[in-house]
Amino acid sequence: MTDMLVPEGLAEPLPEEVERAWHRVQLARHAQRPRTLDLIPRIFDEFVELHGDRAFRDDPAIVGGPALLDARPVMVIGHQKGNDTESNILRNFGSAYPEGFRKAQRLMRLADKLGTPLITFLDTAGAFPGPDAEDRGQAEAIASSIKLMTGLQVPIVVVIVGEGGSGGALAIGVGDRVLALENAVYSVISPEGCAAILWRSPEAAPIAAAAMRMTAADQLELGVIDGIIDEPGEGAHTDHAATARAIKAAILRSVAELSGLGTELLLAERYARLRRIGPYAEDGEPAHAAGEAPSLRLRLGRLLRVPGVPRRPRWSDVWPSSDDGGDNEEGA
Amino acid sequence: MPIKFPFSRRSGPQDAWTKCPSCDQQVFNRQLDRNLRVCPHCGHHFRMSVGQRIDLLLDRNSFRERDAGLESVDPLHFRDQKAYPDRLEASRVKTGLREAAVWGTGSIDGHRVAIGLFDFRFMGGSMGSVVGEKLARCFECALEERIPAIVVSASGGARMQEGTLSLLQLAKTTAPLVRLDAAGIPFISVLTDPTTGGVLASFASLGDAIVAEPRALIGFAGARVASGTIGEDLPEGFQSAESLLEHGFVDMIVARSELRATLARLLHVLPVAVAGEVTEAHGWGPIGVLSGFAERLGGAVSESIGISVEPEAPGSGNGTGPAQRSTADSEDTSVDAGVEEERR
Repeated sequence: MTDMLVPEGLAEPLPEEVERAWHRVQLARHAQRPRTLDLIPRIFDEFVELHGDRAFRDDPAIVGGPALLDARPVMVIGHQKGNDTESNILRNFGSAYPEGFRKAQRLMRLADKLGTPLITFLDTAGAFPGPDAEDRGQAEAIASSIKLMTGLQVPIVVVIVGEGGSGGALAIGVGDRVLALENAVYSVISPEGCAAILWRSPEAAPIAAAAMRMTAADQLELGVIDGIIDEPGEGAHTDHAATARAIKAAILRSVAELSGLGTELLLAERYARLRRIGPYAEDGEPAHAAGEAPSLRLRLGRLLRVPGVPRRPRWSDVWPSSDDGGDNEEGA
Repeated sequence: MPIKFPFSRRSGPQDAWTKCPSCDQQVFNRQLDRNLRVCPHCGHHFRMSVGQRIDLLLDRNSFRERDAGLESVDPLHFRDQKAYPDRLEASRVKTGLREAAVWGTGSIDGHRVAIGLFDFRFMGGSMGSVVGEKLARCFECALEERIPAIVVSASGGARMQEGTLSLLQLAKTTAPLVRLDAAGIPFISVLTDPTTGGVLASFASLGDAIVAEPRALIGFAGARVASGTIGEDLPEGFQSAESLLEHGFVDMIVARSELRATLARLLHVLPVAVAGEVTEAHGWGPIGVLSGFAERLGGAVSESIGISVEPEAPGSGNGTGPAQRSTADSEDTSVDAGVEEERR
């Protein structure tokens, strides 16, 4: 059905790839998939949920607070989706407002102050994009969360449990170890959003999902995540307890690895980990002409306005403006 | 053979005029370029190329481009209705640029700065791995040389064609800002039409001072994504520079003719902290982090950041890989030489 939308002559992505990717997206969004608040009591003891960003309100789309991980104090933060219509409305389908990210920042600072490792659970389609979220600084809230996490002095373990959707996920998703459940997905934009922009049709979401290579296995291959946590049976929705056990084991392993590093090394490696991400080609292309020092003859010629001596090249000659063909919205 | 007049070589008749989208007046292109691409009738700010920005903002002949040879690859083999490499090539032909951002050093009214600039015409100014790398290197240059950093943004956001690799550029470009903070080095963010998505949701929102151009579209979610997600029509102008000023997310809106003078004034009143006098409130300040890093590199980095670290014998300390790496051979060795080395 979906492959009919691929224009003729384009071989990628293949229909079976589309189906495979879309199946994972559907599992990641499964209504019975364990949510953050389903997992926390199965992984941690003594979780105390803290509320509010101390500035505007409590955003129920993000939950968090201190807890014990096998008797060791940690800070836990996660997106919270609902399981039915009512709880989904309360949780805004797991799409946080700026105050949600500011609550998360408050908890991160507390972890920093107390020196407790930070564990985050990612499960959101993305940050809420409405006008009131814009007015309260959605972009700033995400940006400052990311910045805070890159400099946090405690170990950070990130677990993508469902959907890792764009900036709203990354805002609590910068870590020293980033793990994903087997059927979790991670993407720069929701497949529907990508399809709306690049295919001009939300119907093409399954193709976009395949093209963006958003499955956990793809993300591991790309070096964006560090490990995959196997799910029980047909998927995490079939056995919450077993899923929680697997996640707990992975978190314990990661925290143990990171605890021995010491703050300086921890931060240096976190920085290096981010700096490594994203391949590129590099050659010794010389700088453009406008950057060259002119010869004496040329400079004298220009000074005396000798005919035939070209005027000093300006950067706007090197890179002039051109008709930009209207709005081409190609970013996320 | 047609007679050619020497003064008519500049532009063909087909692109001599542009219709102003704001006041519907026809504007002569040469007049537009001479007027800093601002409509002489209504003051509408047209988008500028990177070259025009450099001429507008930087002292004559001061700009030196860095890392001009960085080029995108296609890690996802991404193909929508067009293959990613074809889109890149089309943008290269259209703009004469190799990527959507350029960075280098230059001076503004005599203040030396590290500056990154976006060109929206190159794939919507979208940020993929190369743009992220350039900006990270721009910030690292500011850190190393202890000069202010400036980024002039014009971007639709993260580049979808590189998937989460683009998403992670938000963190890659934001991480150096923590080091600039600890080192006492100012960062000025300039937001131009349009700045949205992942670029706004990272470094662009984090300037110590944030300057926007009049009526620039600035917002988190692109209109198509937002209306698709919340399923309603969006109010007019809620993503404008003026709205951000009102809500406290930019410091000032500055007309293009005043932009250079404003940046010069900001650079004057936002000096780089005197080295050594920065109080290290955190043990993880850049020197702390870097010295830790430097030890792992066997002291190789210490020269470039001016701290003394006793070189360790290769293979000692942490043992395996890191201690045996050496810095890159190029002279503009960044503080992340070790990281670069690893990539090769």
